[in-house]
Amino acid sequence: MSPSMNMVRNLSLAAICAVATVQAAFAIAQDATEIQVTYSKGQFQPSELRAPADRPVVFRVKNLDPAAMEFESDSLRVEKVVAGKADGVVNVRALKPGRYEFHDDFNDQARGVLNVQ
Amino acid sequence: MLAALVIVFREVFEAGLIVGIVLAVTGEVRHRNRWIGGGVLAGALAACLVAAFAGALSELFEGMGQELFNAAILVTAVVMLTWHNVWMARHGRQMAGELRAAGQAVADGSKSLLALAVVVGVAVLREGSEVALFLYGVATSDGGSGVSFLAGGLIGLVMGGLVCLLTYRGLMRIPPRALFATTTTLITLLAAGMAAQAVAFLARANWLTSLDRVMWDSSSLLSDRSLAGRTLHTLIGYTDQPTEMQLVVYIVVIVTTVVLMRLTAPGQGRRPGHAVPAE
Repeated sequence: MSPSMNMVRNLSLAAICAVATVQAAFAIAQDATEIQVTYSKGQFQPSELRAPADRPVVFRVKNLDPAAMEFESDSLRVEKVVAGKADGVVNVRALKPGRYEFHDDFNDQARGVLNVQ
Repeated sequence: MLAALVIVFREVFEAGLIVGIVLAVTGEVRHRNRWIGGGVLAGALAACLVAAFAGALSELFEGMGQELFNAAILVTAVVMLTWHNVWMARHGRQMAGELRAAGQAVADGSKSLLALAVVVGVAVLREGSEVALFLYGVATSDGGSGVSFLAGGLIGLVMGGLVCLLTYRGLMRIPPRALFATTTTLITLLAAGMAAQAVAFLARANWLTSLDRVMWDSSSLLSDRSLAGRTLHTLIGYTDQPTEMQLVVYIVVIVTTVVLMRLTAPGQGRRPGHAVPAE
């Protein structure tokens, strides 16, 4: 067997292990705090949100406008396009206490903040 | 108008860099414009499709369709880039030599061109779908602001094209002898960076949550949102808060590429025209 064949076999083995790890991790995902945000007429409602520290957060963004928007935050490290008249789910890892700003990347007027305590 | 320009430019910037690099990599290959142009066109068409079905795409996989789609196309690009590097390790030196213009080299070259056309298509698709969504939203909104927004968007697109041109021109200034080594390094780091980005998307989808501790935070030193940060993000996968998994995958891609290139490099005295891939 050529070295490259061995390589291919090792790589596929590694890939299988990786998938197994992913699924195990998926099963033990922590309980997350769910936060509902509505986006309407180019504004977030509410624009001030709260979440407890050290727990993952799931944003459920409801875009009521006909145009698409992009839920984005540098400090939360997320960006997600939400189509017009559609919902988007955004996962965020467990957070330290602090102020986390977010905005619509397609519209700088729309801003909001997540307070983590 | 300026806002639209900035938004569109930010999106097409990355695609511009990648297309520029691919153009430089394929510098002397015949018919390369047809392939790269085809890749850009296919990517743009696919971007419009993705934009049109953005809502449906999002709803897949419990709302994580977008993230998984991005991860999947990034992985595709990583595979294509790595394959290109390995292929070039085998044939590139011969092609750069006497066979450059020979028919056989062109026939062989088209295989590698297909891989790179896919990479270009994927780059345009990823960035383009957001541009399409944004411009579509602007165009359908009422009032005269739509026109000036569209104009801003178009200027942003043209500037993305300029980035592509500058990247290409810059790389072509490198002497031909050093160009091969430079582009190989660039493509390897590009692939490693894309793999690390794919990890980030999988993490956001909660599909890959192991080793998710952030290794360091260099955002105060160089934010990956700044122009320099974004450039490095595209070129070498710079992230100001990388996770352990991102770093691991980054290194694995580089090591794998180097090992595969070593393994498949041609032996002594092989006839270039008869060199066929082992698998």
